[in-house]
Amino acid sequence: MNFSIFARISLYALPVLFLLVLGAGLSRRVKVYDAFVEGAAEGLKATVRILPPLVGLLTAVGVFRASGALDFIIYLLTPLASLLGIPAEAMPLALLRPVSGSASLALVSDIVNLYGPDSYVGRVVSTMMGSTETIFYTLAVYYGAAGIKNIRYTLAAALFADGVSVIASAWICAFVFGR
Amino acid sequence: MLNYIWAGMLLVGFVVGIINGRLEEVTQAAFTSAGKAVELCIGLLGIMCLWSGLMKVMEKSGLIRFIARFASPVMGLLFPKLAGNKKAQGAIVMNLAANFMGLGNAATPLGIRAMEELQKANAGSDTASDSMCMFLVLNTSAIQLIPATVIAIRMDAGSAAPSEIMACVWFASACATLAGIAAVRLLSRSGGKRNLLHGGSLL
Repeated sequence: MNFSIFARISLYALPVLFLLVLGAGLSRRVKVYDAFVEGAAEGLKATVRILPPLVGLLTAVGVFRASGALDFIIYLLTPLASLLGIPAEAMPLALLRPVSGSASLALVSDIVNLYGPDSYVGRVVSTMMGSTETIFYTLAVYYGAAGIKNIRYTLAAALFADGVSVIASAWICAFVFGR
Repeated sequence: MLNYIWAGMLLVGFVVGIINGRLEEVTQAAFTSAGKAVELCIGLLGIMCLWSGLMKVMEKSGLIRFIARFASPVMGLLFPKLAGNKKAQGAIVMNLAANFMGLGNAATPLGIRAMEELQKANAGSDTASDSMCMFLVLNTSAIQLIPATVIAIRMDAGSAAPSEIMACVWFASACATLAGIAAVRLLSRSGGKRNLLHGGSLL
């Protein structure tokens, strides 16, 4: 089942966004090129900043996979994954995602390169990565800033939403692109 | 936490590698993965600069404010206890709008300001209010318009259509947001004073 409307929306989103942003910028007399260059410099800094953690984390993921330990964990999680309708290969990412953004990024890159970005697993992990957040980090920053010690049910609700997102990612990718 | 995960992955990896007799593969993987990380960053560099540049134009064009104006009618429904508190509502909407646009750098200060406003309404207590719970669950589950990093990774891996997963990302995020709102509503009603999942010890 290939629902081309999803693919079409995705296809149009980027050009339309460019048109809107540049149109809004020009109409408000923003120095769009200067702003772009300023932002691009920030992008450069951000990318350089993630290089050291990525070296550490991709190495750990690589060693973990090459030893056979990752296959074993995937094997252990297969029953749970099939119960939820998620590919077992995406389960390690589902567990790691709320905890660490950079480690998840390393894992997504590893999976996408191993199975191919246009495979079912590749699409599912891409969708999962895009639709979920580093919950623990976000809660720590914001509650820390407000001086809150008892966060009550926030973590439970956030993890529940995260789980829904993981399952929805697997289902929508199967629905739109097929398995 | 990441310290333990990282060390754990390496330690378990090497020990299992020794047990499985895959020492050579493991050693090889350590070196090639380190190299791959550098290649990945170089592959990401162009598109990350492009996006950050466009995001900066967005920010300076006042598009966050524009989106925030559209979102404000929903605020009353989501935050019944903030009726009339324009300052807190405004900061929340701005943060969520910045997140929507993928403006991580702009979103965090806005979010912290929103939390400070919420804390004023919370009378300085160190227990989270229902509004705070709702705000953070929205924040962690909210839709991102362009998942730029994921698209960059897919492009780097040679995808035929790197951005084809975008509509799927929106769908999954929308499901998460609705689930999050439902969860907050339910938990805030059913004696949410209890400390679920040891949440209090998180910080």
